[in-house]
Amino acid sequence: MSWVNAIIQGILIGGLYALFACGLSLMFGVMKVINLAHGDLAVVAGYLAVGVIAVTHIPAVWSFILVVPIFAVAGYVLQRTLIQASLNRGVLTTLLVTFGLSVVIENALLQFSSANSHSLGIGHLVSDSFSIGPQISIAYLLVAIFVVAVVVLLGLQYFLSLSRHGRLIRAVADDREAAQLSGVDYRHIFGIAAGIAFATVALAGIAWGMVSAFAPTTGTDTLLLFAFEAVVIGGLGSLWGTLAGGIILGVAQQIGAQINSADQFLAGQLVFLLLLVIRPQGLTGQQSTT
Amino acid sequence: MTAAQPVTAPASQDHVRVSRSRHRLVPVLAGLASLGVLVVFGALPYIVFSGTTNLLVNVFILMAMATMWNLLAGYAGLVSVGQQAFIGLGAYFVLILAMHGTNPFLALPLAAVGCGVIGLPVWWIVSRLRSGYFAIATWVVASVCEALIIRFPSLGGGTGAPLPGLGSLEPTLLTAYTYWVSLAVLVVVLAAAYLILRSRVGLVLTAIRDDEIGARSVGARVWRARQFVFVVAAIGCGAAGGLLIISQLNVQPTSAFAVQWSAEMIFVTIIGGIGTIEGPILGTILFFVLQENLSSYGAWYLIVLGLVAIAVAIWARRGLWGLIADRWNIRVFPVGYYLWLEGQGRPSLRRPLRGAPSGGPPAGNLPAGNQPPGNLPAGGSGAAEAAGAADPADG
Repeated sequence: MSWVNAIIQGILIGGLYALFACGLSLMFGVMKVINLAHGDLAVVAGYLAVGVIAVTHIPAVWSFILVVPIFAVAGYVLQRTLIQASLNRGVLTTLLVTFGLSVVIENALLQFSSANSHSLGIGHLVSDSFSIGPQISIAYLLVAIFVVAVVVLLGLQYFLSLSRHGRLIRAVADDREAAQLSGVDYRHIFGIAAGIAFATVALAGIAWGMVSAFAPTTGTDTLLLFAFEAVVIGGLGSLWGTLAGGIILGVAQQIGAQINSADQFLAGQLVFLLLLVIRPQGLTGQQSTT
Repeated sequence: MTAAQPVTAPASQDHVRVSRSRHRLVPVLAGLASLGVLVVFGALPYIVFSGTTNLLVNVFILMAMATMWNLLAGYAGLVSVGQQAFIGLGAYFVLILAMHGTNPFLALPLAAVGCGVIGLPVWWIVSRLRSGYFAIATWVVASVCEALIIRFPSLGGGTGAPLPGLGSLEPTLLTAYTYWVSLAVLVVVLAAAYLILRSRVGLVLTAIRDDEIGARSVGARVWRARQFVFVVAAIGCGAAGGLLIISQLNVQPTSAFAVQWSAEMIFVTIIGGIGTIEGPILGTILFFVLQENLSSYGAWYLIVLGLVAIAVAIWARRGLWGLIADRWNIRVFPVGYYLWLEGQGRPSLRRPLRGAPSGGPPAGNLPAGNQPPGNLPAGGSGAAEAAGAADPADG
């Protein structure tokens, strides 16, 4: 039964990984930007939530109401300024700039906060759970986060396929020049896509803060790698593939933890490397996408 | 510097002269100068205190790492943020060999070669991904290497281990040996980078740097060249990691496999000038000047360095060396060619002929469409080098 439990826990935490990954996937799909500061942004969102809670005294669960819009605006502004400027100079420059951003954010957090880890206290909610059978206990929080992740992915899917801005995003992603010829300001559309990506990463960062703890270095040594692994396992540019990738990663980690608690992250990474070897195009990808 | 552009030479090829340098005496003088620099640096342990040579060891280590990263990113277009995998493995290979009785100084080259051997399967895995995904995949590999090393209690597990085998040496002698070995590694790394860039593979790499699609379209073996550079960089970073454990006499997994190594080698390369051999050298010197002055401010030096690197990457893409090389038209490591017409004389040392293409590094490391106009006349080294790269016999 403990194996079944591990798989269920893995699936639920996989939802959170997918939530982390969808922003990375969106920015790659639309702007061809691989944001190496993605994990650090999630950590910044966690710190911002800590600050918001301290100032406004709202419950931690509701901190996203302020943090997510702030991040969306920050995403738009950052895309229109720094990321656009680096995009104009080529793929290599965006990588170098986002990596620089990542190091700057991490060290600034170390400088202004400390190396200590924080978490978002949500009281009894973190431990409340229901049981199926004697060995399987499922936390409401993980279920709620999984549901939020699926709702966000669904919402993103519908937004991209049905709304006016979603259509523009897809148009710009498919053929920037053609969209420009039809009068679309692609920079504005890029900004909107980045805003959405930042909003999802803020949500994911807050959720991570509730489930686990975060420190300045969490962004690079865990979150970025998890998000990236979920995207690549699932197949580049596919939202549902990303969910599947997140779940595979989560299950692999939980099963690894079941074998030896020190092997949790290693198991996830080995499964990732194995999948990269046997199916480099990802679960959903065509051969040509690699 | 579009690779596809034809050389705008007169009809008769006999009238075009090609040379590495602007003057016959330049190679002789440069050889003597580098020999002089080498002698001065080699004699330093007799002249200065060990504090200085210890600092220089760290300078040499970072310089070697940055030179390797520059080959990867500046020429082969492979942005790796996982070179700390080979730094850590290099350090641990030296540790393992030393534990089995090998002299650490002798273990160093073996460890470097071992890293090159590991580099092959790693390349096989990570080369399946492109650009940013390649970058993060190398990071995952580094993280996996660290997690695997920690699993061995015999290697000290998560806390690390001291390096055996050097305790019998007198401290002064040990400091001097460490310094000389570091100097030797740096010289080998720089010479390797220089010779590689002057070779056939170097022509392919320069073509990739200037225009990857152009390089592919003229038949350059881009994949092969990249694999070669990845393995070379693995060897170089492995040697740097081996130096690290020898200079510190112990190793900790978290610091040996720290992504900070990648951050530092990337920042110094960008600020110094990516895509030139001189850039990482200049950047490393700047880095240590900055670090010596800002070390009392904790993590600030990395914040400042990161911000400067971002600014340089966006607004001054050729870095500090790019500015210097343009201003005075100097190349310390000539890897390009000078072309000039018979009868016009060699290009003047002070002012190159605008019509005659100058050698050395062309603008930037990005596709030709993104290059700032007017930095160097078109059809110069890029065209000549791409013509070499197109040779089907290229191996």
